[in-house]
Amino acid sequence: MTDRLSAAGVAQLGFIRRTGRWAADAGRAIWMPKTWGPQVVIQMRKLGVDSIPIAVFLAIFTGIVLALLASYIFTGAVPLYFVGALVAKTIMMELGPVLTGMALAGRVGANIAAELGTMKVTEQVDALETLAVDVHAYLVVPRVVAGTLMFPVVTAMAIAVGVVSGWITSVNLLDLSSPEFFKGVRQFYQFKDVWFGLVKSASFGAAVALMGALTGLRTTGGAEGVGRATTRAVVLGCEAILVLDAFWALVLL
Amino acid sequence: MIRFTDVYKAFGKKVVLDGFDLLVPEGGTLVLLGYSGSGKSVALKHIVGLLEPDAGTVEVDGKIVHDLDRDELAELRGQIGYVFQFAALLDSLKVYDNVALGLRSRGMDEDLVAERVASSLAVVGLEDAGDRYPAELSGGMRKRVGIARAIALRPRYILYDEPTTGLDPVTSSVIDELMRRTREELGVTGLVVTHDLRSAFRVADRIAMLYEGRVRQVGTVDEIRHTDDEVVRQFIEGRP
Repeated sequence: MTDRLSAAGVAQLGFIRRTGRWAADAGRAIWMPKTWGPQVVIQMRKLGVDSIPIAVFLAIFTGIVLALLASYIFTGAVPLYFVGALVAKTIMMELGPVLTGMALAGRVGANIAAELGTMKVTEQVDALETLAVDVHAYLVVPRVVAGTLMFPVVTAMAIAVGVVSGWITSVNLLDLSSPEFFKGVRQFYQFKDVWFGLVKSASFGAAVALMGALTGLRTTGGAEGVGRATTRAVVLGCEAILVLDAFWALVLL
Repeated sequence: MIRFTDVYKAFGKKVVLDGFDLLVPEGGTLVLLGYSGSGKSVALKHIVGLLEPDAGTVEVDGKIVHDLDRDELAELRGQIGYVFQFAALLDSLKVYDNVALGLRSRGMDEDLVAERVASSLAVVGLEDAGDRYPAELSGGMRKRVGIARAIALRPRYILYDEPTTGLDPVTSSVIDELMRRTREELGVTGLVVTHDLRSAFRVADRIAMLYEGRVRQVGTVDEIRHTDDEVVRQFIEGRP
């Protein structure tokens, strides 16, 4: 029993030491812009621009469902123009950032973990080290910077598409005119609604990219290991999004 | 000079190196022979600090590798070229950029990089492959690019990890010839780990046999060919 406890303790200490060293290396890598700078634009396209279709797809259906749901809830109790308020407010502050974040955790987090994991098991990461290329500056920082910059851009597009989708649904399927829908949107709109959502999504982007890189670079055991790392990256990315979502609600609201 | 002194390394309960001693003198090529999974590649990775020994020391030119700080290790790595078993070329980069990687990381001027990449690719006979991606190359060509990347830094040592594994006999001979030329033309010290006997006898000045975590015998090619050691004989003759 004592042996098992001490083994667990040693394993925990090892984990903390490795994570600490990893964080220190990643922190140092930020000051090497010559290494990571040229990679950022490539990663912004790969992680951000290529993610727009899935984010737009998600936003269209979120807007439709929200409009129908609001109408169902409000019928007979609340004026119907509140549908516009609910759709816009909910999409800007919560569903836009979180649903987009979750979708991108699947796409971007998995992509990073699989790519870096494959590089790890095929010794490409070792090759970089033997060539004295800083692995964190070359592989981790550009992905985290790209995630932090592009998640808000993709989220902003998702918010716009979601609101438009809710508006089209309200006009065509509910007994609501365009002026009434936008009356609801305007009545409760605050500028904070937008920046709150975008600040959150920037932090989601950083977290998802970081989890993908962390699990990818720790991959062991060939193809099976890459699969495990990919799954773990998605799970950790989603968990990080939920924790950060609660954190920002506590801090900023 | 590379020196392993009483090195122990285990992964979990599996002891890979168990009191491993080896001296690689400067000049010439030493081949480390051994069965698959005997720890040859593990030994090699200690030299460039990719692995740390559990006990014992690995020295390069009198410096203990795992005592070096980050900058010292980067400097040491600049003197050691490493040819990986499956070349380990970066898939996302063209051949030219793969070879240029280590040069750029040292802040070399782009004109010099171009010159050095061209001359390194010429040494391995791949002058026209710079614009191709690794996925477009055969296994033998990848290995040659791996060698070009290693020699681009003009290192004092080159470590070859199973350089002929998975290649046909003709391509293996080409790689062996390249290793010989690299030593003769660039004057680098080579350490080759392999279980390919034909290749070992072709490129080695000295051969060491790794068995059960330690060196079983070291000697010249002739000494190993005519050894009385039963374990080494069994390996050379391929007897089960």
